[in-house]
Amino acid sequence: MESKKDYPLWEVFIRSNRGIDHKHAGSLRAADAEMALQNARDLYTRRSEGVSIWVVPSNQIIASDPDDKEILFDPSKDKIYRHPTFYSLPDELEHM
Amino acid sequence: MRANQNSKTLSADELKFEELLASGRKIEPRDWMPDDYRKTLIRQIGQHAHSEIIGMQPEGNWITRAPSLKRKAILMSKVQDEAGHGLYLYSAAETLEADRTDMLEKLNNGKMKYSSIFNYPTPCWADMGAIGWLVDGAAICNQVPLCRTSYGPYARAMVRICKEESFHQRQGYEIMLTLCRGSAEQKQMAQDALNRWWWPSIMMFGPRDDKSPNSELSLKWKIKLFSNDELRQKFVDIAVPQANILGLTVPDNDLSWNEETGHYTYGEPDWEEFFEVIQGNGPCNKERVSNRREAHENGQWVRDAAIAYAEKRAKISRPKTTQDPL
Repeated sequence: MESKKDYPLWEVFIRSNRGIDHKHAGSLRAADAEMALQNARDLYTRRSEGVSIWVVPSNQIIASDPDDKEILFDPSKDKIYRHPTFYSLPDELEHM
Repeated sequence: MRANQNSKTLSADELKFEELLASGRKIEPRDWMPDDYRKTLIRQIGQHAHSEIIGMQPEGNWITRAPSLKRKAILMSKVQDEAGHGLYLYSAAETLEADRTDMLEKLNNGKMKYSSIFNYPTPCWADMGAIGWLVDGAAICNQVPLCRTSYGPYARAMVRICKEESFHQRQGYEIMLTLCRGSAEQKQMAQDALNRWWWPSIMMFGPRDDKSPNSELSLKWKIKLFSNDELRQKFVDIAVPQANILGLTVPDNDLSWNEETGHYTYGEPDWEEFFEVIQGNGPCNKERVSNRREAHENGQWVRDAAIAYAEKRAKISRPKTTQDPL
């Protein structure tokens, strides 16, 4: 009866202030990039939450597979020497 | 790959899921989850989204007749927020592979439900006050714990919603306060609105725990963190003193303070009415859904045109992108 076609999905990233990274705020549907930006403004910055917006088509995001979690992230667990607390230094050395 | 949920021993997937729940960590979209967990969430988030969208109507009714420009601007902001809340929630449902168009169709043809409260009429301006104070107040009681629900995207949407909900309740209470400090007639308007909205608000928390078939699993999966009756009690305990400050009388003859429990004892709502409204026989069910359907159908040409325009433009030029270095 009516077309089932919906607008494509976009991911929205908002920079809340100068000096801060853009952070994922959520997603929305819009016909094109321009509408996505306008909708993002209406949807995610109604109370001055942002000074800059990125919108990215959701299907352009490449995500890691949760099943690969061990392969990807476990190797860093046994490299405790990457953390400053690994090194015991004399107390006289106050700030390092 | 989905594990067979009837097998007695837990699969590795199920174990991992249970472990995440037990440790209080969130389930995220790409994690394995039981089919019923997914279905329950889609139903709950979908109903929640629909409630926000339908919830625009009772208040939208008064935008053109708000008593001042200030009240009109506030009411428009509030109704716009409700639309926003609906959109956050549809997005959250989509992370579960629910189809937004499909959910909206199910709302339009009555196959999916929304909160019973929005099927009551708003014949008087004072209803805007009572809705903000009581309906949004009850929603806050429901929604604050949902910020800690086990499904990540739902929890994040709720955090955003709760931040905005507090304005809704305060503006409603302020409307009531203004009426209660006005003429005797205005105060009576406020009392009448409280009389209209008290019991529907009490029923917003859903059936009693012993009559709530979906609750047990939802609690086990930490989708819900408190039972219907626990949340209802919390609401009554908060709302009664607020009514006292207004100098209004809560329309419940059984209401009394229980020194021993430290809670109010309250009367039983008319559950028959509740189930009638849920079944689609409330005062405004048909009007709400037909308005919604009409708005959707009347907007179809706009959506079609926007898609046609986007497709045409994509063919002739690449979309403008920012020159900002990341």
